[in-house]
Order: sequence, then C-alpha cells, then structure tokens
Amino acid sequence: MRRLTVLAAILLTAACSASPGAAPTTGAPAGSGGGQLQAKVGAVLSLTKGAAVYGVTQQNGLQLAAEEVNAAGKVSIELVIEDDASDPQTGITAFQKLINQDKVSAIIGPTLSNTAASSDPKAQELGVPVLGVSNTAAGITEIGDFIFRDSLTEGQVIPQTIAKAKESYSLAKVAVLYGQDDAFTKSGYDVFAKALTDSAISVVATETFSKGDKNFSAQLTKIVGLAPDAIVVSALAVEGSLILTQARQAGFTGPIIGGNGFNSPTVITNAGAAAEGLVVGAAWNSASDNPENKAFLSAYQAKFGSAPDQFAAQAYSGVKILARAIETAGSSDRVKIQQALKTSIKDLPLPLGSFSFTETRDADHPAVVQIVKDGAFQILS
Amino acid sequence: MDVAQQLANGIFLGSIYALFALGYTLVFGVLDVLNLAHAAVFTLGAFMGLTAVAKLGLPIWVGVGVAFIGAGLVGIVLERVAFAPLRRRPDTRFAGLLSSLAMASLFVAIAQGIFGPETYIFPPGSVPSETLIVGGLRLPVTQLLVVVVSVLLMAGLSWLVQRTRFGRALRAVAENPRAAALLGIDVDRVYSATFFLSSALGGVAGVLYALAFNSVAIDLGGSIELKGLAVIIVGGMGSLLGALVGGLVLGLSEVFAVAVIGSTWRDAIAFGLLALILIVRPQGLFGRPTLRRD
Repeated sequence: MRRLTVLAAILLTAACSASPGAAPTTGAPAGSGGGQLQAKVGAVLSLTKGAAVYGVTQQNGLQLAAEEVNAAGKVSIELVIEDDASDPQTGITAFQKLINQDKVSAIIGPTLSNTAASSDPKAQELGVPVLGVSNTAAGITEIGDFIFRDSLTEGQVIPQTIAKAKESYSLAKVAVLYGQDDAFTKSGYDVFAKALTDSAISVVATETFSKGDKNFSAQLTKIVGLAPDAIVVSALAVEGSLILTQARQAGFTGPIIGGNGFNSPTVITNAGAAAEGLVVGAAWNSASDNPENKAFLSAYQAKFGSAPDQFAAQAYSGVKILARAIETAGSSDRVKIQQALKTSIKDLPLPLGSFSFTETRDADHPAVVQIVKDGAFQILS
Repeated sequence: MDVAQQLANGIFLGSIYALFALGYTLVFGVLDVLNLAHAAVFTLGAFMGLTAVAKLGLPIWVGVGVAFIGAGLVGIVLERVAFAPLRRRPDTRFAGLLSSLAMASLFVAIAQGIFGPETYIFPPGSVPSETLIVGGLRLPVTQLLVVVVSVLLMAGLSWLVQRTRFGRALRAVAENPRAAALLGIDVDRVYSATFFLSSALGGVAGVLYALAFNSVAIDLGGSIELKGLAVIIVGGMGSLLGALVGGLVLGLSEVFAVAVIGSTWRDAIAFGLLALILIVRPQGLFGRPTLRRD
C-alpha cells in the first residue's frame, strides 16, 4: 500500500510539472541583474535534405549576428539550433523541444513556409514569439500575433519583379511552371498568376511538377512549342537549377523569371551557363550599398570565407531585430518580447535596408529586382 | 503537341528505367529473390562516377567504367553478406528481402556520411553540353549517350546470357539450381557473378542518370526504386526483354501523361497503365505463367 502511495505521489508530481500551461509563461531563464540581459533564442533550420541549401547559410548568418550582439554587450543571446530536415513533422518536434525543454524566449525560422504552416501554430498557442527569416508564402503571419517575419513576402516582391521584367523585355505572353506540392512554390505561383493578370500579360501555358522530380523535358517541350516571351517558374533551388538547364536544352533562349527559391548562388553554380538571363526579385542584393550591408559583407567573408546570400542576410537581420526587441523589453520574457517586436521596430538600420514591421507583422522595406549576368546576380536596370 | 520530341524524351527516360530494371530482373530470374538494395547501388554508382570525374579528373567514360566495376563489387559484397547466409532457410525470399532493405539503409548512410546531403554537379566541362538538332528534334548529347550506352549494355547482357557458356550456366541455375549443381555447375559462383552483373548495371544506370541530369544527391535512388519494381512486374519478373520493354513503356507513358494531361496525374496514369497491363496479363508482358511451387 505504501509503495503504491509513493508511486502515485511521484506520478502526480511528474504530471503536474509536465502540464503545458495555457497562459504564456516566463519560460526563459530570467535575465536580470548586473550587466548583460541574457536570453535563449531557438532556431529551427533546414540543415539537411531539400532545403539545406538555404538552411546552412542561414545558420552562418545567425551565428555571425549572435557573436556581434554578444560582443556589443547589452544583450547576451544563446542560440539553440535544431535541424528540421526540410520536413514539417520534424519541424513540429523541433519547435516542441525548443519551447518545452530548452525553454527559449523566441524562435527564429523555420526555413520553409511549408514547415512554418504547421509549426508556427504550436508556438502561437503557447505564446512563444516566432520570427521567420525566410518564410515568404501567404498565410504565415495570419496564424497569430506572435508570428513575425523579416522576409519580404512573394506577394510584395513578385509584383515588382513582373513589372520590371515587363518593362525590360516588353513581355506580352508567358508560360508558367510551378511546383504543385509545396506551400511555398504553390503560393508563389498564386502571386505570379495575379501579378501577370494585373500587368495584362497573357499566360499561354501553365505546367506543374512535384518536389524531387528531375526530369522536366515533357513540360518544357510543351512550353517551348508555344514560343512564350518568357518562362515564369516558381520552384525551390534544386528543381530550379534543373529546370534552367533543361529549358536551355529544350531551346528556350528568352528570360526565365523566378521566385524566391532561385535566390541562392547554388542555382548559378549548378546551372552554370544556363542561369544567364535568370530574373529574380529579392529582398536583398550584395550590391546594396548601405553601411550595415557593407559591414555585414566583410564580416561574413572574414568569418566564413565565402560571400553571403539573401538567406544569410535575412537570418543575420533576424537576430539583430530580436536583440533590439529584447533590449527594449528589458527582459527575456516571451510576452514582453512579443510586445517589443510589435511596437519598437521602426526604421531599424539593417543590411536589408531601413526595416520596420507592417501592421500585420510582415517585413517592410524596398525590394530589388536582379538578373544573372556573367555568373552573378546583378541589379536589373 | 510535338510528338516526335516527346517520343525522344520518353525513349531517353525509358532506357534508364530499362537499364535499372535489368539488374532487378536478373537477380530475380536467377536467384528468385528481390534485391531491394538495388536502388542504393544505383545511388552509389552515381557517386562513384562523380568521384572519379570530379576528384580524380578522369574522363566520363572512365567514370562510367568505374561505376560499373565498383557497383559490381558492391553487389558481390551484398550477395555474400545479405543473401548467402540466408539461403538455406525456408523463408529465404522474405529473409533476403528484409536483409537487402537493411543493406540499402546502410549503403545510403555510408554515402551520406561521406558526401553529406548536398546536391553535387559534375565539374563544368567534363560533361558534353551540346544539343544535336536533327530535323527539328532537340537531342542533348548526354541523353543520346545514355540511350546508346544503355542499348549497348543490354545487347551485351543478352549476348552473354544467350551465347556464352556462362550464360548457359546462368540459365540452368535460373531454371533449377539443384539440377544445375548436379550437372557440375558451380552454383555459388553463378550467384556471385549474377549479383556482380546486376549491380554493375544498376551502378551504370545511376551514373548515367546523374550525367544526364547533372545532379547527384543521396536521394537519387528514391524516385526510381518503386518504378524499377513496377517495370519488372509489368515486363515479367525474370524476363530481360520484359525489363527493356517495360522500362520503355513506363518512360513513354510518364512523358506523354505530362504532355497530354499534366504533371499532377503523371504517376497516377503511369502506374494505372501498368496495373491495367497486369489485369489483362498477370504474369507480365513476357513472364511465364508460374505454377505454384509449394
């Protein structure tokens, strides 16, 4: 009988301490007392599988920014990074671990909008602020008021891209090719379709493909046969590089207009000469000449021995934004940080430009339209 | 619709499927067991070819040869480790199946350990990038080479099986291993040789696939795994001609499904067609109706 009572007592205690509170709690280690404000910040990135091409540079950006923030002395950030393997299920598990076990004050990421769609609601429910640094699909910040992002949405960048491309190439008719089984590529397609309609450009063909496909010859043969002025593609980097190569093989010599998935130098590396003439709108270009960007470029090059890409720039900026919010909040409390993000981020100087959040917690700063010329992203004029 | 061009697309895709399926069907025909590590060998072959060309700077012909021999050796290891020890068991078919699944995971894990999750490309300049234009048809040189090499290998295998002493031994073992042993054929050697050949073909299919799309990653075998299986079932398990025809049928139906209807339905149509063939002819196009052996 006694043993049973002891067992029951232990189980009861365990059950009590494990219950997730409905109200947001100050789960993070209290950052108070003398000198630096301390906060644990979690990050969920795609470090392996399909989206690893973005996740790895994001990790670099985060680490560089955390170092600089810690060196500046006002805030001390401890980064806890988890890999979601480009998979939504793994992303949910990573979020839960960061929130419940590591008790982070905020989460940066995840890399893919596809993963954010299922992981962010968990964080919203538990009152943990999430700062997306590469989520550009629709419907992310709508999840709730704890969800923010510093990545310009496709909805903000693509219309600018189409407008500029129409002007530069006198586009009258295009063909569209998009990935139908990923939230980001599908959402990108929706935005492209609307932007094309708004610009009075007619669409002669709409073809689809799936993630993991390697062979696009059937779709491209069909498209090239219709002689469009340009091909519009909404794809992730791996499929994007293959599409570029095969489109050129199929005989298409016109401009290829891509969504955010193409914003990776690996696309240029993997597609080689086939990448010439690729037009991509971006939130960031290394040629931007604001002082924060220049400092970021040289620091990144010095630490990692390679040039940063847009994903690194947005991740770096994300940490800087969080650091400012933590400083303003004066604590590592999740709700206070969320409030600070909402109210205190105005015209913050970042490599992305002068940054603010919109009313709906989306990024607000001007975009850049680029074209690949001589093997590098240059600004389209 | 540009039927001729789509035909060319389909034949190219089909020849890779056929080459891959040949290895599957060879092992099944002779050893009566499904080697589910074949797709992993496909991936390893691609990486061997990549390493030969990218790291050692060898020309792609040598890379293909390296993949052939390297994958073949992996096949012998596979046979010795995963299949031979289980041969005496009454449930040898299932045991071998599971065992090969385990080996597949092992191979992929090793590849991931060495190469990581990134996607690799062949060094610029090592792979021909020209496209031949023949009467309106666009034929990338890499795709032409893939088709030619596949055809040569299939013809070579066919000659080996039909016209050599070894081929006769192979066919004898396929028909009845016990009788073959009684007639003095070294059955174990035939098994090893079969695995060598099968895996060599799988490895070459892998490196050709990688060359044609200039993309190598550890998930290379993922998309072709199920398709290879479907091809040999439709072609007739154990029939070399069946693997060839089945591969072409699958390649063509995939391409035309996308061209006519759209990519969303591609796999549904391609596999649906295969299912239809099986309803009409359950033993596959060239399979023999099997008598129950138990």
